Amino acid sequence: MKYETVITPKHGTQLNLRDLVRYRDLIFLFVKRDFVVAYKQTILGPLWAIIQPLLTTIVFNVIFGNLAKLTTSDSAAAQQILIPGFLFYLAGTICWSLFSQTVTKTANTFLANSRIFGKVYFPRLIMPVSTALSNLIPFVIRFVMFLGFYLYFALSGGYGIHVSGYLLLLPLLLLQLILMGMAFGLIVASVTTKYRDLIHLMEFGMQLWLYGTPVAYGLSMIPERFYPLYMFNPVTMVIVIFRYAFFGVGYFHIGYYCLSWLITLLALLLGLKLFRKVERSFMDTI
Amino acid sequence: MGESIIRFENVSKQYRLGMIGSTTLREDLQRLGARMRHQEDPTKKIGRSQLNQSLKIGDTFWALQDINLDIEKGETLGIIGRNGAGKSTLLKLLCRITAPTAGTISYNGRIASMLEVGTGFHGELTGRENIYLNGAILGMSRREVASKIDDIIEFSECGQFIDTPVKRYSSGMYVKLAFSVAAFLDAEIMIMDEVLAVGDVAFHKKCISRMKELAKQEHRTVLYVSHLLPTVSELCNRCIVMDHGHIVYDGATPDAISHYLENDVETATSIDYTDTVMKRKPWRHAVQLLRASFPGKNNAIFHDEEPIRIRLDFKYLEDSEGISFRLDLRAPDGRPIATSLKERFLSGKSGQEASIVLEYDLPELTQGRYQTVFTFLYSVEGNAGIGLESREGLSFEKKYSSLIDPRWDSSKLGNIRLAPPKVV
Repeated sequence: MKYETVITPKHGTQLNLRDLVRYRDLIFLFVKRDFVVAYKQTILGPLWAIIQPLLTTIVFNVIFGNLAKLTTSDSAAAQQILIPGFLFYLAGTICWSLFSQTVTKTANTFLANSRIFGKVYFPRLIMPVSTALSNLIPFVIRFVMFLGFYLYFALSGGYGIHVSGYLLLLPLLLLQLILMGMAFGLIVASVTTKYRDLIHLMEFGMQLWLYGTPVAYGLSMIPERFYPLYMFNPVTMVIVIFRYAFFGVGYFHIGYYCLSWLITLLALLLGLKLFRKVERSFMDTI
Repeated sequence: MGESIIRFENVSKQYRLGMIGSTTLREDLQRLGARMRHQEDPTKKIGRSQLNQSLKIGDTFWALQDINLDIEKGETLGIIGRNGAGKSTLLKLLCRITAPTAGTISYNGRIASMLEVGTGFHGELTGRENIYLNGAILGMSRREVASKIDDIIEFSECGQFIDTPVKRYSSGMYVKLAFSVAAFLDAEIMIMDEVLAVGDVAFHKKCISRMKELAKQEHRTVLYVSHLLPTVSELCNRCIVMDHGHIVYDGATPDAISHYLENDVETATSIDYTDTVMKRKPWRHAVQLLRASFPGKNNAIFHDEEPIRIRLDFKYLEDSEGISFRLDLRAPDGRPIATSLKERFLSGKSGQEASIVLEYDLPELTQGRYQTVFTFLYSVEGNAGIGLESREGLSFEKKYSSLIDPRWDSSKLGNIRLAPPKVV
């Protein structure tokens, strides 16, 4: 007698990405639910998505730009082109917030959904995937805000900013930010079902990570001989290329870009493996 | 023999008790270190048998042991047993909510689980949006839901509110809507855990007949866990009885139910409270119950007119005067049946231990099983009294050999048989 589904104590080795396709409607509905729920019964609605990065940008602008006078250029050769500091920080902040919020939300997958996970089965991976996609909604709002400021600065003249060919990479950049966020989020999620206290560590870790990424300063602040080490942070290249795309000046290195993809994919693989290991029995320990 | 659709092979499930947050990192590192030095696990508890010993945090226990079960297509299988017998664990494994510790479970087709209705319902979404979401969680595609949504709405009796957010629904409507989604899912296997216990009587009937119809006409397989024996006997054609993680009976529903009722008598005739912790704090802790027993009995079955004697050993924790005692009788499902109150008859000095034997003559109580609750209290005029100590007590079975009682159906006639009238 052959059975279609066989449940055994050991988890399978394959990742069952096919399930994601089969349950794509569920992903869509979860994203839709998150959207509806987030902005129903709020006065300012989607504006909330803007306020937080806007404040961060202003703080960065004042502290790192005006007081500490850190450079806002990504390559030493391009010092002469003036980039408005505000726009520089805004670009970094919206990219960083897409990444960091994806990490945090994905990391909370098990804890936030333990009730529904305890009652009904669907491929558990649906949850982090739809959370990550839901995170695109506030990003889109922020991106529109960014474009508004961008056009203002670009048209008002006095600044030499212009888009560059790297703009074509934009979809890839966003995809990479989301995948990276999911990857590290999944790793944290899997580890925190066992060691709950690591979730506090994560907040601190993200803070540190932010300063290890050229968001509040330009890449040229880092001496070039440290790049082989510095570029192991996969977020760096994404943010740097994002700025290059919009400001027409910056830094690009195909090798480091490939390295950041490699790290992203390795982290994602590790995250998925850990997640698969934990998803089958986390209900017993949570 | 029909076609097998679900098979459990030597399935076992082990749990660790009280492991919220599971292990600590330190414990895991200790364990890892020991393993590398080929020593015994230092964090493992050794040499404690599970039986007759209160389980402590960190202990493991087997919620299911060596379950072998074959379920055929189109069967409606009832699963009954005491709390903690492993019924829900069995369903959880089948629904893939948690993985078995050993053994294999195989099945064909899709499973619609209704371990709790309305899982994933979101208050801010409308009834219609929730139907789509809930259907998708249960594995339906949007197109499938769309083709059935009219049936679902009609069955749920929520038609006029379907575009209202469900947070404005009454709990009854909520449950009806949730059940309807699950009931219209195209799943070969339907799993229900007490969900039919909700909703009003008419809807309850409607659900049962819908499940029966699905099993008969469309050859769906239904697994139903419940304490409501009448519903089980109405719905299921086969029934298993579980006890302590084992299947102790498997057969036709009426036989299984009588097996369950006969063997489910708690043989305990005494309870020791001294090392158990109270769940709920009393208003004042003036009395502590130490032990309770049925003196001179070796089982907890009381026949015919036999009075029920309860011996209570307790301790005064402060100087007390005029303490009352209340006995509550409950049905196994927790329904209150009757209460007896003996007022202001216990007095003692702080620290003094005392024991009393109370004799209850309960000829009106019909055949069946009863759970007692012991409560010490101060009676206050015009008030419910001040609780001092309240404990879940012994349970007992009342049996009659007379002709009238074996046919007494307490679900229809109640648990108290009043004395016949005098004709005047």
